[in-house]
Amino acid sequence: MSKTFTPSIATPAVITANDLRMGHCVWMRDGGWTADPREAQLFEDEAIADLAMLDAIGQANIVVGPYLAEAKRGADGRPEPTHFREAFRRRGPSNYFHGIQAELEASNV
Amino acid sequence: MFDARPQHNEYLRYRAQQFRSQVERRLDGSLTEDEFRPLRLMNGVYLQLHAYMLRVAIPYGTISPDQMRTLALLAEKWDKGYGHWTTRQNIQYNWPKLVDIPDMLDALADVGLHAIQTSGNTIRNVTTDAFAGAAADEIIDPRPYAEVLRAWSTDHAEFQFLPRKFKIAISGGEKDRAVIAAHDIGLRLRRNEAGELGFQVWIGGGLGRTPILGQVVREFLPEADLLPYVEAIISTYNLAGRRDNKYKARIKITVAERGLDVMREEIEAEFLVRRAVFTGVDQDLVAEFKAVYAAPAFRNAEDGDYEERRAANVGFRSWTDTNLQAHKAPGYASVMVTFKAPGQTPGDASAAQMNLLADLAERYGHSDLRISHDQNVALPHVHKSDLFALYSELKAAGLATANAGLISDIVACPGMDYCALATARSIPIAQEIADHFRARDIEDEIGKIDIRISGCINACGHHHLGHIGILGLDRAGVENYQITLGGDGYDIPAIGQRPGAGFPAEEVVPAIDRIINTYLDLRDSVEERFIDAYRRVGAAPFKAALYPVNA
Repeated sequence: MSKTFTPSIATPAVITANDLRMGHCVWMRDGGWTADPREAQLFEDEAIADLAMLDAIGQANIVVGPYLAEAKRGADGRPEPTHFREAFRRRGPSNYFHGIQAELEASNV
Repeated sequence: MFDARPQHNEYLRYRAQQFRSQVERRLDGSLTEDEFRPLRLMNGVYLQLHAYMLRVAIPYGTISPDQMRTLALLAEKWDKGYGHWTTRQNIQYNWPKLVDIPDMLDALADVGLHAIQTSGNTIRNVTTDAFAGAAADEIIDPRPYAEVLRAWSTDHAEFQFLPRKFKIAISGGEKDRAVIAAHDIGLRLRRNEAGELGFQVWIGGGLGRTPILGQVVREFLPEADLLPYVEAIISTYNLAGRRDNKYKARIKITVAERGLDVMREEIEAEFLVRRAVFTGVDQDLVAEFKAVYAAPAFRNAEDGDYEERRAANVGFRSWTDTNLQAHKAPGYASVMVTFKAPGQTPGDASAAQMNLLADLAERYGHSDLRISHDQNVALPHVHKSDLFALYSELKAAGLATANAGLISDIVACPGMDYCALATARSIPIAQEIADHFRARDIEDEIGKIDIRISGCINACGHHHLGHIGILGLDRAGVENYQITLGGDGYDIPAIGQRPGAGFPAEEVVPAIDRIINTYLDLRDSVEERFIDAYRRVGAAPFKAALYPVNA
C-alpha cells in the first residue's frame, strides 16, 4: 500500500518490503534490511527518503516491492505504524501466533 | 491435451523443473521481479502480506487419500503444519519460502497434483458439487466433464492470456450445489424432452466489485458439443473482452456491455467453426473419464446399529442430523466434515487432520474425498453402518462439529491476516460470530443460515451470496464492515443487498445478533429458514433492527 505522501518530521516514513528468498517482511536500516520492525530507520526528510528508495529498488536481488510506509515516532524514538495494515505486517496474523510476533519471542528480544 | 491423472505426471515434473529454473534465474538476477511475477503466478505463487502463498489446484475438489497425504506432507515439511481450503475447492499454504516451492511442486507432481493456472488470466480450476457422483438428486455425475474441461484448458495455448481470469463451474444435480450463476461459464447437466443428455449453459456471472448473476446463453447444448461450445465462448470473450481496464475485463462486463444476444450470435457462429475441427478425441476422453469415475462397488448391507446409536448418543444424533446428505445408493450417506470447530479458522486443516481424513476415507469412504466450496471436506460415500465408527474417530480429532449449514459454518477468506489485497480482516469476525452464537446456545434453534465474509471487494469469501454477507473495508484507516442481506448461492441465486451503512469491527457481532433476533421473532415456524423469512417479509424489519435510531 504505497502512499503518495512526503516524508517529513510531521509525517515520517519507513521503507519496507518482502525478502525475496523467504518472503517475510523486512524494513530498511542503514542501507540494509532488518526483520525487526522496531529497528527500522525512520525517514523524516524527503530527499534522504528518495535516495534510500532508489537504493532499495536497486536491491531487487534481496527484496521485493519496497515502498514507503507512513509511520510515527514512538515514545522511545522507534518507528510505530500509523495504519492497521502496517501494524499487522509488523506483528503477524491474529488467528495464530505466527510470523514476526513468534520470531521476536523466539529471539527473546 | 494434458492428462493429469497420477500415472501420467511426467508433464508435471517437467513443469516443476521449469519453475525451479525460473526461481534460480530470479535469484541470480537473470530475471527481474516484473519478468518473474507472471511466471510465478502461472504456478500459483503469490507474494502476500507476511510471506509467499502457494495455491494448489484440487481439480473440481476431488482428491484421493494419497493426494491428501501429500497435501499434509507439504504442510508439515514446508509450511507451518496446516493448509487452508478455499472457496474454489483448492488449498492454499500461507508460509512457503520461495526457495522451497520447486520441491513442493515436485512432491505434488508425484501424486498428479499441481498449481498450474491457479492464478493469472487463464482458465482456473473447474469447480463442481462436493457431492458429485453421490447426491440422491443427481442427474449425472459431472466429474467426467469437469475432467475433460480441465485436461482441455490446462496450458491451452489460445487461452493463456485472456483479458482476465476465467472460472467454470459444472453441476449435475437437480439442485445446484456449484453456484452456477456466479461463474464466467456455468454448466448444468440436464436431459431434454427426448431424454438426451446435455447442458444448460450460463455465461457472464461473477462476484468481485461488480457482482452480476449469469444468464442462460444456450438452453440445451448436446453433451458431445461441450468442448467446441465452451471454446467458442472463451474465444469470443478473448477477442471482445476489454483489456484497457482490469476492473471491466471479466466476461460479466463484456456480456453486460455488449448484450447477451450479440454475444450469443458470435458464440454460435464461432461454435460452428470450432466444432468442425474437433476430431472426436474429446468424446473418447469423456468415455474414458466416465470409466475412471464409475461409481464404487457400493455395499448392499443392513444399516447395522445406526438407528440404535442415534437413539442412544445425543452427539451422534445431532451430527447425523446436520452433517449428512442424502445419497443415491441405498444404505449410504454423504458426510460433511466441517472445518469450523469452536475457535478454528474457517477452512484451516492441520496436517494431522488431513492424514486422518485420508485414513478414514480408505477405511469408511471408498477412498474418496472432496473439498467443498464452503471450505469443508466431504466423504461422499459412507455406509450407514460405518457412520458411528467414523463419527467417533472424527470426534477424537476435533472434526465432528455438528454444524454443517448452521450459523457457525461460516465461509471466510483469509482477509488482512494474510492477503495483500485485503482491506480488513475476515477471520476474527468469523470467529467472534461463531463464538457468540455458541455462547447463546441457539445455533440449532436458528437452523440453516449461510454467513459469508470477504476482506475486500474482490469477494473471495463470496459475501454477495451469503444470506448474511459481510464485507471488510478500510474506512479512513479503520476496519469497517458492510452487511448485505438476502444473498443466495444455492436455491434461488441472488446477490445480497446492502441495507445501510457499515459497522466498526466491535459492532459487527451485535449487528448480526439483532438480525438473528429479528428473524427468530418474525419467522412463521421453526422450519422457515432465515432466507425464506427474509424473502417473505423483505429487508424492512432487518433494516429497522440494524439501524434503530433511523428506523
